[in-house]
Amino acid sequence: MDETKPVEDWTTDFNIFDPQYSRDPAPFWSEIRQTCPIAHTGRNGGLYMTTSYNDAQRLVRETDILSNRQISIAPMQADKDLLADYHTEVNPPITMDPPESIAVRRLILPFFSVKAVEKHRPYTEALCHQLIDGFIDQGECDAAEDYAQQITPRVIAHMLGIDETRNEEFVSWVRGLIEDGFSDFDARRDNLKAMTTFFQDMIEERRRYPTGDYISDLITKDIDGAPLTDKIIVNLCVLLLIAGIDTTWSSIGSSLFHMATHDHDRKRLASEPGLFPSAIEELLRFYAPVSPGRIAMKDLEYNGITIKKGERMMMNFPAANRDPAQFENPDEVILDREQNRHVAFGIGHHRCAGSNLARMEMDAALRIWFERIPDFTLTDPGAVTWSTGQVRGARRVPVKF
Amino acid sequence: MFVKVNSKRCQGHNRCGSLAPELFDTDEFGMAFPLYHEMLPPELEEKARLAADNCPEYAVLLKK
Ligand code: HEM
Repeated sequence: MDETKPVEDWTTDFNIFDPQYSRDPAPFWSEIRQTCPIAHTGRNGGLYMTTSYNDAQRLVRETDILSNRQISIAPMQADKDLLADYHTEVNPPITMDPPESIAVRRLILPFFSVKAVEKHRPYTEALCHQLIDGFIDQGECDAAEDYAQQITPRVIAHMLGIDETRNEEFVSWVRGLIEDGFSDFDARRDNLKAMTTFFQDMIEERRRYPTGDYISDLITKDIDGAPLTDKIIVNLCVLLLIAGIDTTWSSIGSSLFHMATHDHDRKRLASEPGLFPSAIEELLRFYAPVSPGRIAMKDLEYNGITIKKGERMMMNFPAANRDPAQFENPDEVILDREQNRHVAFGIGHHRCAGSNLARMEMDAALRIWFERIPDFTLTDPGAVTWSTGQVRGARRVPVKF
Repeated sequence: MFVKVNSKRCQGHNRCGSLAPELFDTDEFGMAFPLYHEMLPPELEEKARLAADNCPEYAVLLKK
């Protein structure tokens, strides 16, 4: 089918790659939610998506039927049996289902506890200062490219004990995998190969010379007495690398976009730093970047529709966060919103394992930006760009100050 | 008021712990547990409500 033809009906033919949708999807979600809250499209190899808060809450808990083994909604080769040809250890634990996923999750949760991530705050803050030092005298920069996107790959690489001089390589692999890899199978394969080879070498090195870092620790672990295989360790590390980078830079970039375009919120946050915690949750709600996919392992009857075995569904957490049935004035950013049960980090068994890290990075990045650059506006609103698909966020945010 | 955490629903978002550190702590996997098992002092009730209202798993339970 022609993936680029204009959409006539958003409930039966939605297109998450439509340029207008990627600039501001909320009006489309609102339209869909009011007429047919679980929409379908023939694009992307066939896909459902949720738009209401309640459906996301309920369907995410149907883990026996809606499986995580197809987390990506990247188009698949036609005639491929999506259920047959797929292994759950592709990127554990996100491509696994409970109870299998739970054991792997327990290997990473302590590494990302609040206490553990706070240890990396000084590194993160120093990095933020150093980046700002690099452009502050010019009176302008790209808040996404020169700031947000520079922070998250370095912090996760630092946490994983990766040689920081190889940072640019990492960013290019992640971009190749996530952004170009979506439509380009070769790019996906090549970048994945580069990453897995890198981690395989690192595992072998740590076996010989343990350094006390996370990977040295992982190679000593077991699940119910069975030592972790290299494959699981490599794929887990690849996931930590991919999951932590463009998600968090999207949130930081979108937050700075918001502040550059909303004078009242910018001035308020600059003068009331006590608002940072609630403001960060509100920005996470409003600009939530991540919509993971699911695949039906058997037919599911739900609210009068049948999702057939092998069909895919996108859990649209960002749309859930704009549901008026759950949030008062959902399309308004309210920095001191008191009731905010947002689901930006997902819900249920796959709740983002890195959420404490993401929050620490956002907090450090935004506080330090505001300390040094409390007043800033867009240089050229037409130059702002957004990524779309399953990780949405501001990608170019040129500002002057 | 009494406060409880439904450990079957808690997934470790840590919203309660960050909004009301006087009332909740977490284990090594980030799962929350309440620090008070007896009735809350009245000055902490508002915090307990805030924690309950922000839990995305509906795991924080308040009882009169
Ligand atoms: C603002 C930034 C972030 C957002 C919005 C976000 C969002 C999400 C969401 C929605 C899920 C659930 C996927 C599902 O239900 O299938 C998830 C899972 C995950 N995230 Fe994040 N994430 C962010 C940052 C991070 C960071 C910094 C890391 C750390 C490396 C990370 C690591 C993970 C991992 C490992 C999982 C899989 C958990 C599992 O399957 O048990 N994320 N994330």
